[in-house]
Amino acid sequence: MPNNRRNFFKQLAGIGSLLLLGKKKKAHAAYSGRSPDQLGVLVDTTLCVGCRSCEKACNRINEDLPHKPSETFRDDSVFEQRRRMEWDAYTVVNRYKNQGDEGRSLYAKFQCMHCVYPACESACIVGAFTREPNGAVIYDAWKCIGCRYCMAACPFQVPAYEYGNALTPQVRKCTFCFEKRLSEGKIPACVEACPMQVMSFGKRNDLIRKAKKKIKESSDRYLPHIYGEREVGGTAWLYLSGVAFEDIDFPKLGYGPVPGYTEPIQHAIFKWFLPPLGLYTMLGGIMWFLNKKKKNRKQLENK
Amino acid sequence: MVFEQKKEKPETVRKQIKMSSHQRAAPVEKKFFTPGMKILTAVMVTGLGFGLYRMIFGLASVTNLNNQYALGLWIGADVATGVALAAGGFTTGALVYIFNREHFHAILRPALLTALLGYTFVGIGLEFDLGKWYNIWHPAIPFMWQGNSVLFEVGMCVMVYLNVLYIEFMPVVCERFIGRVNLPGMLSCLNNPVDILLRFLDHILGKIMFIFIIAGVVLSCLHQSSLGTLMVIAPYKLHPLYWSLLSPAFFLSSAIGVGLPMVIFESMLACRAFGRKPEMRVLTPLARIIPFLIGVYIFLKIGDMIFRGTYVYLFESSVPAIMFWIEFGFLTVVPFFMFMSSDIRRSPRGLFIAATMYIIGIFLNRSTVFFIAFKPVYAEKAYIPAMGEFALTIGLIAAIIFVYRVFVTILPVLPAQEENS
Repeated sequence: MPNNRRNFFKQLAGIGSLLLLGKKKKAHAAYSGRSPDQLGVLVDTTLCVGCRSCEKACNRINEDLPHKPSETFRDDSVFEQRRRMEWDAYTVVNRYKNQGDEGRSLYAKFQCMHCVYPACESACIVGAFTREPNGAVIYDAWKCIGCRYCMAACPFQVPAYEYGNALTPQVRKCTFCFEKRLSEGKIPACVEACPMQVMSFGKRNDLIRKAKKKIKESSDRYLPHIYGEREVGGTAWLYLSGVAFEDIDFPKLGYGPVPGYTEPIQHAIFKWFLPPLGLYTMLGGIMWFLNKKKKNRKQLENK
Repeated sequence: MVFEQKKEKPETVRKQIKMSSHQRAAPVEKKFFTPGMKILTAVMVTGLGFGLYRMIFGLASVTNLNNQYALGLWIGADVATGVALAAGGFTTGALVYIFNREHFHAILRPALLTALLGYTFVGIGLEFDLGKWYNIWHPAIPFMWQGNSVLFEVGMCVMVYLNVLYIEFMPVVCERFIGRVNLPGMLSCLNNPVDILLRFLDHILGKIMFIFIIAGVVLSCLHQSSLGTLMVIAPYKLHPLYWSLLSPAFFLSSAIGVGLPMVIFESMLACRAFGRKPEMRVLTPLARIIPFLIGVYIFLKIGDMIFRGTYVYLFESSVPAIMFWIEFGFLTVVPFFMFMSSDIRRSPRGLFIAATMYIIGIFLNRSTVFFIAFKPVYAEKAYIPAMGEFALTIGLIAAIIFVYRVFVTILPVLPAQEENS
């Protein structure tokens, strides 16, 4: 008897792990090659001097953000703390200490990474986030119910919320200038504004090739790592750096898309509605059987 | 003539149900505004005051939420814990109707009422947390359906299940008001139509109730587990002790486990409030089932910990590790052994303590997953809920108790007290 039971559990475990493996394989298959022609931006952080022209250009192009006077973008005191994107700023530049060369500070520009497999898009309860074929991840404020699950889901902690707005709060994040510039064939405002040509805009695949070439040609300048090439399944915005990415506040992430964890579970539970229907049938069967048994017993007792 | 026929049938059906159950239910005849109820009302009004303030001045005015911690106490407690603690409805439903344990019939109605109020207040609590609360209906609109979203599934299941709960509760309303509909003033002309409607509902529901009871169990299993899938999307933020692909199984099994302790807790509190003796005759055998249910949860949780090797985090000095010892070690495993002991099961005090411990354990577990063991990428300081957040959460709990009392005073929910009257 114990032997039997052990065997049973072994078999059960075997079936379980097979199921899990099968799911994992499927998940990877589903996540390969999503619009290879998509656009992207390559940011060479080694060139950035922290002038914040990109921040200013972003503020000017997005007229729904509160207009900030030009002086605010020349104020260097903001570098004293680590800033993050806020409801009124879709991009920020931060300054970092350079361990190798004390005289030259490092700068990094942050904004939405525009994931190839966006967690926000997968998480959103009403589909307020959509990823356009060109790679831009955009937000529809009209659909949004304000649950902020996208903010918990985003592996880069990008979306910001208008907590101070009582009636029509929105989730705020970089739009990749999707409506204002890309649709008119122009390049994003921040890319155009940069005086140091830190950013290059183009097809993501071309940018990866370009980055690899840069790394190969000046291996003393760059780490052999294109941040965003494979992180969480890839992002439209790609980064090059001379120091470890964790030192300039980029989170260390795996290569699997984040929705790759939840969506297989979700879809397995609802595969053609079979699991819920199966459970329903099973419970109905138990109910019917036990009722019948009880009726029979009562009849016997009556006899 | 047709009317006469309708009049006959539900009466007999209900009689049968009454005969089969061991004890009849009846409205509670007690003074409503006792001193305790006055305090409760004050707590409720204070909480709702904070809620109103948030509605007028926005989330920032009351909560400590920020761009790092977007989900806080109101999601962890009001929604996630609320849903878990309302599991008593479907577990007792399954026990009595599906697994045919008629012995527990007496606790069915209170359990159902607790679930119904619990889910209703999950909805109300959620409204305070949603930025655009007036868009809460959006997930129900087909062109906004988002099948990849775990939250969508949770939302849909909760919405449908709430309706199922109201349907399941309908017979109680019918029992109270059939033949006794007496609407005030102008509405009195509707007395007859309402009565006919109630009789019709009673008649129909008596025949098809099993459909809803099974549906309630299936819907509950779906959304209880999916609540656990929610944070699986944040593998880089949730502490490894709490991030697991088995999280949906943890949430489901622990919710099934907390259903019956919640029924015990609530039944004993109600008995105390109404000066009755706790119904140990029903509660003791009910508690015997609990170790099997909590056992499944403990087995899964420990198995997963060994399989993934996360036991290495158990002895690190971090908040999630401490929380794990408290909510799992102390408030789940200890009550498990308490429910195993037949002495404790027979002692009202012991049973109450065990149930309360596990309930607090579930609350801490959900809060840990949603914001305590959750570390956003750029968080500089931990999120500690603001006073207003606590006030609203406690106010909503007070409101549930308040409405519960209103319901049991009007409707036949609690077992009738024959010897006392």
